Amino acid sequence: MGRFRKPAEGTWTEHYPELGTGPISFEDSVSPEFYELERDAIFRRAWLYAGRAEQLPRNGSYFTVNLPGLRTSVIVTRDKEGQVRAFHNVCRHRGNKLLWEGTPRDAISGNARQFVCKYHGWRYGLDGACTYIHQENEFFGLRKDAIGLAPIHCDTWAGFIFVNLSAVPDQTLRDYLGTMVGALEGYPFDRMTERYSFRAENNSNWKVFIDAFQEYYHVPPLHTHQLGPTPEAQNPEYEFEAAHYQLDGPHRMVSTSGTHKHTWPAEHLYPAEALTRSGSTGPWEAPDVGGPLPGVNPSGIKRWGIDNFQVFPNLEILIYERNWYVTYRYWPTSHNTHVFEGDLYFVPARNARERLAHEYAALTFKEYGLQDCGTLDGTQMGLEQGAFTEFPLNDQEILVRHFHKTVGAWVDAYVREWERGSTP
Amino acid sequence: MTDALLPAEFADLEPWAATWCLPTEPQRWERRLNTSMEEMRAFYDAFFPRAEEAIIWCDRFPLDDMPADAERLLQLLHSLLMVSYAVEVWKQPEVINGGSARIDRILEPRP
Repeated sequence: MGRFRKPAEGTWTEHYPELGTGPISFEDSVSPEFYELERDAIFRRAWLYAGRAEQLPRNGSYFTVNLPGLRTSVIVTRDKEGQVRAFHNVCRHRGNKLLWEGTPRDAISGNARQFVCKYHGWRYGLDGACTYIHQENEFFGLRKDAIGLAPIHCDTWAGFIFVNLSAVPDQTLRDYLGTMVGALEGYPFDRMTERYSFRAENNSNWKVFIDAFQEYYHVPPLHTHQLGPTPEAQNPEYEFEAAHYQLDGPHRMVSTSGTHKHTWPAEHLYPAEALTRSGSTGPWEAPDVGGPLPGVNPSGIKRWGIDNFQVFPNLEILIYERNWYVTYRYWPTSHNTHVFEGDLYFVPARNARERLAHEYAALTFKEYGLQDCGTLDGTQMGLEQGAFTEFPLNDQEILVRHFHKTVGAWVDAYVREWERGSTP
Repeated sequence: MTDALLPAEFADLEPWAATWCLPTEPQRWERRLNTSMEEMRAFYDAFFPRAEEAIIWCDRFPLDDMPADAERLLQLLHSLLMVSYAVEVWKQPEVINGGSARIDRILEPRP
């Protein structure tokens, strides 16, 4: 008998009968051909999270986002009227990468009245219009007021700025996000502006890492130390069970009860946890952010700890009961490599004690995240070995099942359109 | 002592200050991976009993306007937390089962 009530069908997986319960293939995570298809079928069609509105504090603020696997760099800016816009980060003249510092591979941010190309000095307004062509009269029938940067579809929801690389998105951002994710609109993300950012280059398919973070079945065996300093606490056979799973279109979520370490007896705490009143995972004090908090804990579980929203294709939003949140992004760079970006957001610390609680939470993220990243290598190697072609998934891995099914459906739809000749 | 790095009340921690008063996580992380457990345990044992007192000291100042010595004390506290994972959790500088992975902190609040 589990700790949480499952749906009437008996399991979460059977509550969504289209998922099936049989073993699944991970061929989608080892095939170079599938990776090539994914780029067009998913990443050039879906809405992609580019950054937070707080990264554009003023008119003229901008940041660039590099999407290495898509061979695309995007400028996101707030123009003179305050409108958020996105452009290809490419000069209209001879295709030079427009904005960069250090090396062209590096992302940058700043404030500008105009964008100037380093190469031949062409200039663009924040609305993307070309405002200056060096020696314009040397060109042939070229007028600056007729050209500009290539725009990219861009929209903002709950302070999350998304871009869409397709010529015409199939859906508006709000329609795309659906009701489950959309219900978070109004959550006080804008109060949580103290940010810790992390980046990792991992030797696995992007989906293999998403899979690690969309099930908690792995936590007791892999992250044994996370449960405390004593042998009694470190029980790798602890039976993890999430309180609630939910699917909505291509998106999915899981609610868990978390650890609530602030309620644990002292002997089950690491000394630094007791000192900072923080870990595992997150600070123990919840800053006042007003309320009620829309969209979180959709099933109303009593001892709610964490919501894990998986926004298709590659954004994860983790919302913690102690009023802080985390975003993860996974950018494929080849069939067996990806770039991982993790951002932790807190209500700004008012003093050193709060800063140290945040710092310990950020340490905890990295320490256990390294166990996840370190394991990925081995998972990718194991999958590529081809010893098995199908893999069993349990009910606590329902989101893994849904994710790969969704990826497959998007790629299949793309291939069908391509075969019909209807894909541009 | 004219070249003291820390507030006079924490003069006993001066031997650790030059090594562990580091303003960024990448610096503290590198230092942890390149320091013996024996040395980290000595730092931890010397500082941990006074950590609460040090937090109270730092809390006397606003985060955006700390005297230099208090800010260094806060950096030392950050290093104590960095070292605590090696001392309390892993019993080694590296994360257990971290493989060849690395995760870089590329943005953080200061101090």
